[in-house]
Amino acid sequence: MAAPLKKVVDNDRLVDDDREGQRFRVSRTAFVSKEILALERANIFDKVWLYLGHESELAKPGDFLTRSVGGRTLLFTRDNKSKFHALMNTCPHRGARVCRERSGNAKSFQCFYHGWVFGLDGALRDMPGKESYPPGFAERSTSSLQPAPKFDSYRSFCFVSFNPNVESLPEYLGNAREYMDIVADQSEAGMTVVGGTQEYSIRANWKLLAENSYDGYHAATNHATYLEYLKGTTGGLVPIQLTGSGRDLGKGHGVVEYRAPWGRPVAQWIPAWGDDGKKRVEAIYDNLMSRHGKERADRIALYNRNLHVFPNLVINDIMALTVRTFYPSEPDFMTVNAWALAPVQEDPGDRSARLFNFLEFLGPGGFATPDDIEALEQCQDGYSNLAEVGWNDISKGLTKETPSFDDEAQMRGYWTEWNRRIYGA
Amino acid sequence: MSMTATATLQTITRADVEDFLFAEADLIDAWKLPEWLELFTDDAHYFVPSTDVDPEARPNDNLFYIADDRFRLGERVKRLMKRTAHVEFPHSKVRHIVGNIRILERDGDDLKISTSFIAHRTKNAVTDVYFGTGLYRLVVRDGRLAIREKRSILASDGLRQQGRVSFIL
Repeated sequence: MAAPLKKVVDNDRLVDDDREGQRFRVSRTAFVSKEILALERANIFDKVWLYLGHESELAKPGDFLTRSVGGRTLLFTRDNKSKFHALMNTCPHRGARVCRERSGNAKSFQCFYHGWVFGLDGALRDMPGKESYPPGFAERSTSSLQPAPKFDSYRSFCFVSFNPNVESLPEYLGNAREYMDIVADQSEAGMTVVGGTQEYSIRANWKLLAENSYDGYHAATNHATYLEYLKGTTGGLVPIQLTGSGRDLGKGHGVVEYRAPWGRPVAQWIPAWGDDGKKRVEAIYDNLMSRHGKERADRIALYNRNLHVFPNLVINDIMALTVRTFYPSEPDFMTVNAWALAPVQEDPGDRSARLFNFLEFLGPGGFATPDDIEALEQCQDGYSNLAEVGWNDISKGLTKETPSFDDEAQMRGYWTEWNRRIYGA
Repeated sequence: MSMTATATLQTITRADVEDFLFAEADLIDAWKLPEWLELFTDDAHYFVPSTDVDPEARPNDNLFYIADDRFRLGERVKRLMKRTAHVEFPHSKVRHIVGNIRILERDGDDLKISTSFIAHRTKNAVTDVYFGTGLYRLVVRDGRLAIREKRSILASDGLRQQGRVSFIL
């Protein structure tokens, strides 16, 4: 593997950023090569902060969940003092996955193979035949469930890193924090993940989903049926044009921020929600006003944001609020997890409207996401012509001072960082 | 359908229900979705819950894959019959097997039905399998069965591999 890997990096330019020639292209090799995927694992997924989950998913002491992150299997717990732990879900003894349940509440975890028992903090509590081990064995740091090398949270969004020397989480998130704040500030009671996870997969390269998640350019054609549905729904729209800007946030993060005609639970009313809905939306807006002032309240309420946190976290604050993360098992296959985020103690009518809105567009059964999935898979299929047609074009808006939400500045920022990390520059 | 136009909730047999659900599956498999839609009552719902929630979970406070009221179900059908529903253009090839059909109870005006389903879907030479439990609430309308609620509960771990639930389960 070493030789072809070197060849890919040395001989092929994967990102062609030619500002003089007003051209920005990405080699389609980046989407199909196993060597590139190995480099992505080593230089990206093993090096940066990766999204693990939201604190609200572990609401009570003793709550736990298991989750695959960055190719690892993790056990995420909340101990009796409400401290959160991200543990590597493998028995230090022989390696078996210690917790095999998806989620629950526990006092301890027992490995089913030889019976070692671990606390919610990962410490080894007990094991059969203890007397056959040397004194102090259980207290050795290597005897406990190993913590993820780094674990931290920002505004209740929890991240891990497998790189002990990674920069701090706030530093890593950089300018993306501004947009995560806008999400976290939507409710003074805090935000919560709603029950139910959309778990799916796409037969395409993972970077296609990163691009797609904040691609404002594809809506009119790829999502024509969704827009027709809104137009055909009595009161489904307000007369607002799709307008806004795209922003490269640096460090590979990017965002598009824009007005749109659909209803936003926080807080853009549409006639379909009726007078009761109008009162509720007004109350939400007034609360935002009193806490944040008009300018920020308007930004939170009336603007949509598709945020991408490098390398694989999407927080889309659109007709509903979704958190999505994805990971490649092969160059042409990724798994995707998506959640709905909502204010804690949301009015039941608002919650219901929010989730109805969510499913209208989002997810593998929505009126839009399936067409995204189809597009990504058709792109991947198209890359079989790689030898003859080798490049993706990402130059839309390249010469603009203020790129539009439907330009590609945010993607150029992503690819620039991706390139820097792959080449180790 | 063997049922007469004078059927009532009390006279419906399992064979009647089987005939009805087999006919439903045929309409889906033939992409005769406007005709399929006519099987539903005006207050009908169609649900595909996410696979980590309780089978009885409600879509008001749980994230599903699909939670359509009758209006949106009609819009889903309209969408799926368009060339611009890209995920289903050209239409995938689908076959449903519906089995283990049981009448669970007669609950007021509703007949509660449980099935096991397997659906195969092929598109672009990739075949996926969808399997799970179908829960129906059927009613008798104008002497014929109609669907008031269809809840297709996937037994798989999410939609890993399949990636979408773009046709009707």
